Amino acid sequence: MNAICRSRTSRATAVAALLAALCVLASALAAEVPLAERRSGYEFMSRDTKAMQDEDTANPGMLWVLDGEALWGAKAGQANRACADCHGDAANSMKGVAARYPAFDAKRAGPLDLEGRINVCRSEQQKAPPFPFESKELLALTTFVARQSRGMPVESSDERLKPFIETGRQMFNRRQGQLNLACAQCHDDLWGQKLAGIPMPQAHPTGYPLYRLEWQTVGSLQRRLRNCLIGMRAETYAYGSPEYVALETFLMWRARGMPMEAPAVRP
Amino acid sequence: MKSALINVPAKARRGEVIAIRTLISHAMESGFRFNSSGVLQPRDIITSFVATYNGEEIFRADLFPAISANPFITFHTVATESGTIEFTWTGDNGYSATQSAKITVE
Repeated sequence: MNAICRSRTSRATAVAALLAALCVLASALAAEVPLAERRSGYEFMSRDTKAMQDEDTANPGMLWVLDGEALWGAKAGQANRACADCHGDAANSMKGVAARYPAFDAKRAGPLDLEGRINVCRSEQQKAPPFPFESKELLALTTFVARQSRGMPVESSDERLKPFIETGRQMFNRRQGQLNLACAQCHDDLWGQKLAGIPMPQAHPTGYPLYRLEWQTVGSLQRRLRNCLIGMRAETYAYGSPEYVALETFLMWRARGMPMEAPAVRP
Repeated sequence: MKSALINVPAKARRGEVIAIRTLISHAMESGFRFNSSGVLQPRDIITSFVATYNGEEIFRADLFPAISANPFITFHTVATESGTIEFTWTGDNGYSATQSAKITVE
């Protein structure tokens, strides 16, 4: 009798403690990372992986930059024009461009990410078929263009992007999938802690397209977002869908002022 | 697209131990993976890497299916004389790539 009573009390104490813990957790939710505390995923990496990103001849992403450079100068499509024919030397014309993408496109009345912009250029200016998403060519060109902005601060000041940033923010904070998780739970509230032994970063997209060791290839931010959605057991969107672009727009706004690192290396 | 990144110091003192780093773009398909239609992907890897210093072989490596995509190979050698260090990768399906780098030894 006595023993049962004791175990009941201890169970009640445990339940109370759990509720208290949940309350603390709930009050901590939905707090955005303060500007001064923002950290790139780079800072959560091992010394070896950092060294790999820092040294251009050890960073496999640079292989895509080389391929992209060749594509930049290659004539394509019915217009028989190369990117370089209009834009000239990418080192000047593309400097800082990736840092302000996704950018507002007046014709489409919405944001376009870098991949989207390259494919629009391809179909409208070069009169060539757009590259498939995650194709070697599209990744190479995007990586080459993004490389020209290395070290420059992310810019997100276009007023017209506001509603799309808001949509992206709602997606970021919305619980979804079979695990009923929101992006914010890991990346705003629990960053720095471990998930399956790996530190959770704050999810700043400053290094995309980046070489992910797990993928053994370069991948886009949309591929990474898809990867996260699958992990949450949520439904993914089609590549190039406005949902992904809105989320990208929000993430870039969230990382405003942070230096670009593309092509980064991530585990 | 065959692209490789080579890092050889442009200048070195005679007798100095120098680090050489090479990175080449290759899928290194292991031959054990199935594609989305359930068909086994045939093996397509780099099988050998050779470095020569003014024609003399200074480093050789055999590569196997467990080596990851875009193999990064680094090794050390002694800078003996000015000249050319040449790198050759050969592999399945007649794959072959060559790159070279110049070094000045004082």
